[in-house]
Amino acid sequence: MLRKFGLFLTAVVLLALFSTAAAQDTTTIRYFTFSAAPDHLEDLDTIVQAFQAENPDITVEVSSAPFADYFTLLQADVVSGDTPDVFELNYENFVTYAANNTLLDIGSMVSADAPFYPRALEAFQYQGTQYALPETFSTVLLFYNADLFDQAGIDYPTADWTWADATEAATAIKALGDDVWGLYSPTQFWEFYKKAGQNGECQFFNADMTESTINSPACVSTLETMVNFMNDGLMPTAAQLSGVSDSELFLSGKVGMLVTGIWMFDAFADAPFNWDVQVEPMINQHANHFFANGVAVSAATANPEAAAKWAEFLTSSETAATVRVDSAWELPALDQPAYFEAYLEKTPPANRAAVFQALENPVTPPVIERQSEMQDAVNALLTQVADGELSAQDALDQAKTALDALLP
Amino acid sequence: MAGFSGFNKWKWVFIFLAPSLFGILLFIVYPIGTSLWLAFNDWNLLSPPEFTGLANFQALAVDADFWRALGYTLQFIVLYVPSVFVLGLALALFLNQKVRGMLFVRTTTFLPVVASWVVVSLIWKWIFNPAYGLVNYGLQLIGITGPAWLFEPQTALYAMVITSIWKDVGYIALLYLGGLQNISETYYEAARIDGATRTQSLRHITLPLLTPTMFFVAITLLINYFQMFDQVWLMPMRDSAADRQLEVIVTQVVTNAFSYNRMGYASAMSWVLFAIIFAITFVQLRLQNRWVHYESD
Repeated sequence: MLRKFGLFLTAVVLLALFSTAAAQDTTTIRYFTFSAAPDHLEDLDTIVQAFQAENPDITVEVSSAPFADYFTLLQADVVSGDTPDVFELNYENFVTYAANNTLLDIGSMVSADAPFYPRALEAFQYQGTQYALPETFSTVLLFYNADLFDQAGIDYPTADWTWADATEAATAIKALGDDVWGLYSPTQFWEFYKKAGQNGECQFFNADMTESTINSPACVSTLETMVNFMNDGLMPTAAQLSGVSDSELFLSGKVGMLVTGIWMFDAFADAPFNWDVQVEPMINQHANHFFANGVAVSAATANPEAAAKWAEFLTSSETAATVRVDSAWELPALDQPAYFEAYLEKTPPANRAAVFQALENPVTPPVIERQSEMQDAVNALLTQVADGELSAQDALDQAKTALDALLP
Repeated sequence: MAGFSGFNKWKWVFIFLAPSLFGILLFIVYPIGTSLWLAFNDWNLLSPPEFTGLANFQALAVDADFWRALGYTLQFIVLYVPSVFVLGLALALFLNQKVRGMLFVRTTTFLPVVASWVVVSLIWKWIFNPAYGLVNYGLQLIGITGPAWLFEPQTALYAMVITSIWKDVGYIALLYLGGLQNISETYYEAARIDGATRTQSLRHITLPLLTPTMFFVAITLLINYFQMFDQVWLMPMRDSAADRQLEVIVTQVVTNAFSYNRMGYASAMSWVLFAIIFAITFVQLRLQNRWVHYESD
């Protein structure tokens, strides 16, 4: 028995030696992704094949995990010193990784003429250093049920709308029936910092990030704008929704306007009514979400050049961009209108151009190292305002105390 | 067993214990030791741990979220433990009767126990749904407008207590049933001869001789429910006030460790929880002489 096992062990060791010897001609890069899993692994493979064809000396080894598990697994890899050479990061987590010296400065390794959106490229700089490349972006628009607008006899939203115009339209739509709602715009952290951008005066932190200013009069009035939809009975409360999601509510034709992401285009494609999109209304000015995923190279990689080459190909090559757009994966963060022609022609929605219009006024989330704690603290307080347990002022005073404690 | 003494004997003991000892050391003792050490450190997983002494415990003392979580844990225990303790006993007395078909009834009451919390919470989420659920429909029939149950922290707590009782009562009854069937029939015969009524038998025979089981039930219930997690993690409606505010100690530990990357802080919290459970169990053991009667006494 023991002798058999010994033979087996020798065989395994020999095999391992041979395979490393054979692999020495090519460099293997490990890439870890959440955005490809599970629907776009084949599309990712197309990009990998194209890259390997151009770089026969580099092999890309892909592993993937769903978003919910991804960061736990990535942390475990970092802790155990087994960090993948190249990996995806969303914008909110980027700062945490950059601040902990886990990322390689790739600014100098990327060609200067890679056609990134300048704003997107800036988003992945930390203290002036380029620690990741923008991979894809997404935004949020005002989706509207055109049939309900017709029934109410009112005009469709325009790009010049303010939230006062939207409230007026929502009131007209609400009047159509007890089970019809005027609009739905979630009461949460992400909506709040964006509407703060639409206010223009509300900032969560002061310029040098030493103190939270989330309880300023401008922020209080922004939050009041948000919860007034609910207080005026134009928007359902969580309990009134009873577990029905906002997108299910929209699909059932029971809400006039919905503020949600462009990733819902496909889910709404077969809606049994006419719908379209428009850039979001303003409070004082336009401001739209800019959600971005980036690709970073590990500071501990043994092959920085090969890793950076893959990161650049994945984020900015024409092949990668075309594959992403054609497969309705995510939109590449590139300033190349030609790549997006096919995307723009698809309907619904007819007004897809609004996606790029939104990019003219992007807001990125306030980011601190203790990001999840900030989001949870703000979310818990916003719910209390939505439920009428706290006034906007009281909630934001508490939020300021909580956020100050989270700053270094 | 000639020759099997001294070192020789211990060597063999060790060799036979080694496989399980190895597992215990690696997966239980080592993590416990590490978590104790981490409790005195600041560690975000990405950078090396940094020794901070008692800072984590000092922060815990003034952490409003932790105290709120402890408050909800205690509220839950106060509502849940006595209810399931009494209902489990009542159910056991009922199941202990010798009636045709009782085996079927016993099996049925045990079904919720073997169901997973994920399944149970899905079913009860629907039952407690304020718009489509059975509970509020029933309340409406008798003219009461039901609350938003799993959307608000306080009502969500009540809903979880009800669900937990439903899920656990069969298990508690099974423990009592074992205790009941251990009581020798001779006591009851003697009581009958002396002319005792059924109530008197229950009061002076059944309940005293069931106290060892009661003691076991009380200790395990308290230990388990200080560590409760599943229902609080699964049941509140997503993004509702209950979801964002209702926390118990272990959900706080998990959130701090895996969402906030505060491994040291989460470890400190776990050790405080251990201290609480240890103290309570210690007090229970000390008080045991006052009310627990073993048959041999």
